[in-house]
Amino acid sequence: MTVTADTPQQIAADEPTASRRFLDRVLKLRALAVLAVLLVMLAATQIYNSEFLSQQGVKDLLLNATILVLVAVGQAMVVITRNVDLSVGSVLGISAFAAGTYLHGGGNPLLAVLIAVGLGVLFGLLNGLLVSLGQVPALVVTLGTLYIIRGIDSIWVGSRQITANDLPASFVDFGHDGLSVIPYLALLTLAVLVAAGYYLRSYRGGRDLYALGSSPEAARLAGVPVRKRILTAYVVCGALAGLAGALYLARFGNVDSGTGNGYELTVVSAVVVGGVAFTGGSGTVYGAALGALLLTSINSVLPSIGVSSVWVLAIDGVLLLLAIAVDRIVALRVAGVLRKRAAQMRSAHHA
Amino acid sequence: MSRTLTRRATVVVAVTAAVALGATACGGTTKNSSKDSGGGAKATASADPNAATKKGLTVAFLPKQVNNPYFTIADGGGKQALDALGSSYKEVGTSSGTDTAGQVSYVNTLTQQQVDAIAVSAQDPGALCTSLNQARKNGIKVVTYDSDTKPECRDLFVSQASSEDLGRTEVQLLAEQIGYKGEIAILSAAQTATNQNTWIDFMKDELKDPKYKDVKLVKVAYGNDDAQQSFQQTQGLLQQYPNLKGIISPTTVGIKAAAQYLAGSKYKGKVKLTGLGTPNDMRAYVKNGTVDAFELWDPAKLGSLASYAAVALASGQISGAEGQSFKAGDMGSYTIGKDGVVVLGKPTVFTKDNIDQFKF
Repeated sequence: MTVTADTPQQIAADEPTASRRFLDRVLKLRALAVLAVLLVMLAATQIYNSEFLSQQGVKDLLLNATILVLVAVGQAMVVITRNVDLSVGSVLGISAFAAGTYLHGGGNPLLAVLIAVGLGVLFGLLNGLLVSLGQVPALVVTLGTLYIIRGIDSIWVGSRQITANDLPASFVDFGHDGLSVIPYLALLTLAVLVAAGYYLRSYRGGRDLYALGSSPEAARLAGVPVRKRILTAYVVCGALAGLAGALYLARFGNVDSGTGNGYELTVVSAVVVGGVAFTGGSGTVYGAALGALLLTSINSVLPSIGVSSVWVLAIDGVLLLLAIAVDRIVALRVAGVLRKRAAQMRSAHHA
Repeated sequence: MSRTLTRRATVVVAVTAAVALGATACGGTTKNSSKDSGGGAKATASADPNAATKKGLTVAFLPKQVNNPYFTIADGGGKQALDALGSSYKEVGTSSGTDTAGQVSYVNTLTQQQVDAIAVSAQDPGALCTSLNQARKNGIKVVTYDSDTKPECRDLFVSQASSEDLGRTEVQLLAEQIGYKGEIAILSAAQTATNQNTWIDFMKDELKDPKYKDVKLVKVAYGNDDAQQSFQQTQGLLQQYPNLKGIISPTTVGIKAAAQYLAGSKYKGKVKLTGLGTPNDMRAYVKNGTVDAFELWDPAKLGSLASYAAVALASGQISGAEGQSFKAGDMGSYTIGKDGVVVLGKPTVFTKDNIDQFKF
């Protein structure tokens, strides 16, 4: 993207399409690599243990991933703008409890989900305003809101908890039922994923997020409404964390003041493993979703082949480093190739 | 040094004597206090079982973590007992379950406030020792409940149930449900959890009994007391051992996660689940047929017993030595065992017939 600015106007028409196609291919390859690792892993496990991909097994794999995928999609949108939202775990926890309290009082399940999403939007708005107006690093701001929201949660919830007995049966059933092997939660998540992917790819607002992440200064000069876009990213991220809270409640049927504690780190790992660069401007929500699916699937694969769960954390860490290493190498190669092409074009033009 | 300690002890005695009712109780306390302050942190054998129960004492509860549902119930039981005895209750503590330094400073504060007794659930067996012994030198009685310190740092430990009872009864519960036949697994908390590992050792020992010859323990899995991980470990167990008949989960987080997973899967009702859980957590699963029976001690009774023990100590009726006994209201009489341990009794089994009587 930055290269195009340097190239002479005349060739700008065909050069960017070529390099964008090349970039596209690299990014697709990156996502394909995660997908390949995932498929090989699942296939190997299936060969080892034929129960693994049974009807129940597939359903469990999808259910295990849904909540993380949702939050990772929101996080990816924020990370693409070269920011981060560390408060997602706290938002998930507090909105899950809010939905649970409402349901405990005999509320309507659909309205409970909306309450959770609304609460998420509210906290997303707060984060977005602090980051975009305050001009302070997102890492610090959202670390602050992480603690604040968790603190409010602890004071409000205290030692209370929501158990499966407090929830209407229909809501709990929604947490694990589905159309044959596809759980309702997975369908909902897929819809969110496709919508977010489409927005990022085909809408001006979505493209602006990438521009912001590539070079905030250039984006501002090019007339991108910086505050509005950042606010949008945070609001979407908060809303999805809130939605994830409601789904957490449906799936686990149990929420207390510690729910979602430390979840932000898992989410960030999933996003990075899925190829969304922490330096902003590149990656897709599909990649983030694949990263989330890969991380949760590892946690399912290890127990079903009888490997002790103490390995899970170490393996997650190795994957993370591997993903960052691959990203770095790819970035260097891409930059090199683009530079070479630009030079070739320029000399071809001069000749 | 020893003179200031004695003087401080005398002050404590004077204060307690001022509120005490019976003259005999006074004598008993004086004797114990002076001995304590001189000899340091060693339980003295002399106690007057007939001493009157003092009123107007202050017993402070210091749970592992405030706002933790389990400790809220336990401490609530402690308050009820103290109300009945005419003494007053207070609760202080850290909001994190692993803030040992915070617990130490709470003990020091309570020592300065000169409460009569401290009931503490220790986050760490050794870290509280110095400050607890300091408190005891100042005449404060120290009772541990739920989680013990080293025996030399407290007067009494009120244990929820003996590890042996807990381990063995869980196997008995599950074996009954699966007809003494088939493969079983254990879903524990962390691999390093001391409590759980002790119970699991007793489970394995119980399984050596010939009546369990057809019951086979195939695996111990660890869900790290995390809902998602416990879900996935349960899924792994069921995939790895398709013939699994039952699961024992000796952790309240593990059992409710496993129950929630089973309730929403094809295994509901086919794979039996038992272990340690709270009635509130498990009510839905017992009613929908996922779980037949599970067990736990009653945390309210645990807190209540800690209160009775603390008051009996402060009244001089017991000193913490083996063989002494004290009355604990309508729970009856308890006898102190080896190392100053008082055991609450066998765990309560909850089924769909009795679960609605328990609200915790």
